[in-house]
Amino acid sequence: MNLVWFHKLGSPKYFHALALRLTPWLGALSFALLATGLYWGLVIAPPDYQQGESYRIIFVHVPSAWMSMFTWMFMAVCGLLVLVWRMKVAASLMRAAAPLGASFTFLALVTGSLWGKPMWGAYWVWDARLTSELILLFLYLGFIALQSAIEQREAAGRAGAVLALVGVINIPIIHYSVEWWNTLHQGATITKFDSPSMPVEMLLPLLVSAAGFMTYFATVVLKRARCDILEAEAASGWVREWATRTATEPRNP
Amino acid sequence: MRLGQAFCAMLGRDIRLAIRQRGELAQPLVFFAAVATLFPLALGPEPALLERIAPGIIWVAALLAALLPMDRMFRPDYEDGTLEQMLLSPHPASVLALAKVVAHWLTTGVPVILLAPLIALFLQLPMEALPVLLATLALGTPLLSLIGAIGVALTVSLRAGGPLLALLLLPLYVPVLIFAAGAVERAAAGFPVAGPIYLLAAMLVLALTLAPMAIAASLRISLS
Amino acid sequence: MDWQSFLAMGGYAAFVWPSYALVLIVLIANAVIPHRRERALRERIARRATGNRS
Repeated sequence: MNLVWFHKLGSPKYFHALALRLTPWLGALSFALLATGLYWGLVIAPPDYQQGESYRIIFVHVPSAWMSMFTWMFMAVCGLLVLVWRMKVAASLMRAAAPLGASFTFLALVTGSLWGKPMWGAYWVWDARLTSELILLFLYLGFIALQSAIEQREAAGRAGAVLALVGVINIPIIHYSVEWWNTLHQGATITKFDSPSMPVEMLLPLLVSAAGFMTYFATVVLKRARCDILEAEAASGWVREWATRTATEPRNP
Repeated sequence: MRLGQAFCAMLGRDIRLAIRQRGELAQPLVFFAAVATLFPLALGPEPALLERIAPGIIWVAALLAALLPMDRMFRPDYEDGTLEQMLLSPHPASVLALAKVVAHWLTTGVPVILLAPLIALFLQLPMEALPVLLATLALGTPLLSLIGAIGVALTVSLRAGGPLLALLLLPLYVPVLIFAAGAVERAAAGFPVAGPIYLLAAMLVLALTLAPMAIAASLRISLS
Repeated sequence: MDWQSFLAMGGYAAFVWPSYALVLIVLIANAVIPHRRERALRERIARRATGNRS
């Protein structure tokens, strides 16, 4: 199996150049998808039979929640690449993804809570999904705190990789335990966000919006990773050459 | 020295060291008892209320009591260089790390288990639930030590380890807390508890298999 | 399109619009921050590189 492309991607210089070329396209695509999906959901989709217009929050809440989970899995895969192949690029990607994941989790929590208030009358309920998201937020914050506490770049990357992998094993366990806990203390109302079936007029804008979130994630992760690589390789020749070539400030001769 | 001998030597050494620091040994016990005493003082001594919340309080107290001295597992050895020696030895670091975790559990988890019946009495836990409480503690406290060891290993070289450690470990501790406290609560209400108990046992087996490797890897990273 | 009823969101305006607004703010912030950081890094590296050469 020809793995040359894989090892090429691991080279910071090659990856940086690739990321530079990709991000404008990904950015434009994500903007288009997000604008389409959210307009569709806000304006075109019909109101819900039970929840009226408040259900429209799902078009930002559900993609946020999905991305919060996906980002950690992305970080875990990067972590594996860091620990097994010592890929510096993977460490940059992993570190770049963490604040994004935390943002998505935060958004999922806030939008979920704003959605819940008209539905259940309270801003916060210990619903299984919201509780899991809250725990996930702590995981992200712990990861970010660990990264900033370790001064050595390579050690920070590897420690983060271990944490990402430990986390990815624990997340299904946490989800299952929270579900169990929720049924154990079942209140009068069943508070599940997912309705049994979603009509197509609502599902389609949701999927478009989710695709927009995913491409947005790709764009920003690449952008952040680019910065991380610049910092990591600041002393190397190709970085200095690229920076002097593309800097916009007038330089002293 | 064969691997089994090395394991026992490390285990014995850690236990002897812990016993010498008798004050430190008492810390988790005192904390456990203190937390359990504070709740009735804060909430009122009404037996019905205490009975209802006893499983949760005991387990939260046990969890915090385990978290408090967690750093002790590796930090003293890190500071005097013994940890580095351990990693340099021909024996797999994961096995030696496991010995340290077992020693930690024996000196912090087991005393908590032994004190638990008394605390359960104070908090009006129904006596039918006591065996289940002890079972969950017997399965859960090693889990707390194993998972905690990964966190300690990741943060042992950092100055401000304490709060960061708690932040890292709390999400990972949630399933243990949920299943353990849930099992005791169900037992108190007379329901069968096989489900959560088996889940705790399965988690313990998983941790025993995977944690030592993660701990060793984390120690190497911290000492690099 | 009836702007009044659209903005009112069937009475749920206080929940829907803050949600969307917050999402927009967070998404834009996350996109702008690395943008600025990259520019600052690039200038700093370029300055140091040309400074060394002169």
